[in-house]
Amino acid sequence: MDKQRRKFLKIAGVTALAGIGAPALIRLTSSTALASEHGAAESHAAEAVHGAPVPAAPPGVRLGMVIDMRKFSEQPEMLDNAIAACNDAHNIPQFDNRKSEIKWIWKAPFENVFPTESSYHLAKNVEKADFAVLCNHCDDPPCVRACPTQATFKVKANGIVAMDYHRCIGCRFCMAACPYGARSFNWQDPRPYIKKYNKDFPSRMRGVVEKCNFCGERLALGQEPACVEACKGTGAMVFGDLNDAQSEIRQVLDKEFTIQRNAELGTKPSVFYIV
Amino acid sequence: MIEKTLKGKPAYWIWLAFLGMFMAVGVACYARQYLFGLGLTGMSRDVSWGLYISQFTFLVGVAAGGVMLVLPYYVHNYKVFGKITILGEFLAIAAIVMCLLFIMADLGQPLRALNVVLHPTPSSMLFYDMIVLNGYLFLNILCGWVILTAERKQVHPPKWIYFFVYLSIPFAVSIHTVTAMLYCGLPGRHFWLSAIIAPRFLASAFAAGPALIIIACLILKRVANFDAGKEAMNKLVTIIMYAALLNTFFVLLEVFVGYYSNIPGHKHSIQYLFFGLEHHGHMYNNLVPFMWTSAVLNFGALGLFAWPYARKKNEFLLGLSCVMIFIALWIDKGLGFVFAGFVPNPLDEITEYIPTANELGITLGIWATGFLVVTLLYKIAVGVEHEIEQ
Repeated sequence: MDKQRRKFLKIAGVTALAGIGAPALIRLTSSTALASEHGAAESHAAEAVHGAPVPAAPPGVRLGMVIDMRKFSEQPEMLDNAIAACNDAHNIPQFDNRKSEIKWIWKAPFENVFPTESSYHLAKNVEKADFAVLCNHCDDPPCVRACPTQATFKVKANGIVAMDYHRCIGCRFCMAACPYGARSFNWQDPRPYIKKYNKDFPSRMRGVVEKCNFCGERLALGQEPACVEACKGTGAMVFGDLNDAQSEIRQVLDKEFTIQRNAELGTKPSVFYIV
Repeated sequence: MIEKTLKGKPAYWIWLAFLGMFMAVGVACYARQYLFGLGLTGMSRDVSWGLYISQFTFLVGVAAGGVMLVLPYYVHNYKVFGKITILGEFLAIAAIVMCLLFIMADLGQPLRALNVVLHPTPSSMLFYDMIVLNGYLFLNILCGWVILTAERKQVHPPKWIYFFVYLSIPFAVSIHTVTAMLYCGLPGRHFWLSAIIAPRFLASAFAAGPALIIIACLILKRVANFDAGKEAMNKLVTIIMYAALLNTFFVLLEVFVGYYSNIPGHKHSIQYLFFGLEHHGHMYNNLVPFMWTSAVLNFGALGLFAWPYARKKNEFLLGLSCVMIFIALWIDKGLGFVFAGFVPNPLDEITEYIPTANELGITLGIWATGFLVVTLLYKIAVGVEHEIEQ
């Protein structure tokens, strides 16, 4: 049962990324299947020319996100919309106590999101800004390493760090292992606390861990992640294949200076911030 | 030999009933938790492990401590421990039973526990912990039972058992090393991310385990007419002293690294434990009284141990210092070490953890179960001992 489900997820991911029946995603990853290898080869060549000690890009698709905080400070309500879109899409329960909170994407100040960066005399606009916080879908995820049942795993086809809610035993080792505080645990039955039930996405049971899934289920249908869609047209959130030199996200990354959360821990996060 | 548990003085039955009462409370509390979820505990999104995992961590140490009797007796042929080695092995069994119960109590989906076996994951330290804990439990049951049976029949134990006895020694070290590795390999949890965690765990284990055995021996001397012998007790005190000193040394090294380097990540949890952390105008210092109690008890016990009259002539003072060191190490590892690792959280926020009554009920219930197991096992061991003497 579990194996079949996982297999389906993998296949769905691959099909979506290959652009089959996925018009909306064609823009994102139109030439993914072919271009990623091509792109990777190209970047290897570039490294060789410059002799820069850049680690070799892993093969295949690696989905990532750029969060442009300049855009969010222009339209602060946009982040609320993005969070609401995620909450609605994923049946995220709303508890009024901090203890039981379930969060996939949420807001936090710079000093909390980047505790290892200096917050001393921070630019006023950055100090006041609310940063979007979500799972970093690390290329080397400590949570996957720690999980004793492979209930959390990296999807080979696209690099998403996914969860199997039916296999999770609720030991919460992944929560201790995650250096980003991205994981939530269902301390009680979440269903009574779901405001608007979306029947297209499973709700969870008590006693399992959950987190952002980069909208794997929407990607499979050729849609963008819910939060990215909520910011459509603004460039506040750019989503795509980090290994594809032609992708929109790579164009942004090639041009802009970005930072990553706790990059010094070697987890290779796939979420980038333009401050 | 099991029949020995069925005959006893009234005090024995009253003690069992007393433990049974706590066990019943534990079962009732667990039923509530099972039906509602772990939301009945004080754990939160930020402090995602609480009393259950911290007790587990401490008790793995108590179990490993048994090796401090097995090793001198079997490897160095230290005959003085002949009478009490079985107590170390049986204590290890009870401690591991408690460990496994605490793990089960902590699982969000306990019915899926076998997924750890069905989907083995060699990258996870919990996978190895499962192997070594169950292995050590099995080894202690096997060795304890076979050797005690041989002793009862007054014959030499079969040769093959020594393979398992020697195997249990690296297993004892490995259970606590792997338990330390659950913590010390996690990026971003600076308090735990220290190579000295495993040696520190072992040092405190080799003090806490033998301290509990001395306490048990003093009780058995009074209630069961079982004398471990002066020399054995003295040797155990020496072991406890060295281990407790090493543990203290390791903790102080952590304090030095944190404060001298002045790196916030290395300092914050220690600051939180001993002085409290101020954050946005609020002082978070729940654990401060506990940690200072631990420090005072630790040094107090070391002082008493160092005083020859207290450790050799006065059994009350000897028992007291063992109780003191046991409580000190329990606070240090069974409370502070696990809770402080989550403070501050990865987003530099602070949530404090306060266990709920229901959680305490389950915890006491599991401790009572452990004491029940050790009582029954010691009853058998002492019963066999008396049988031989007759």
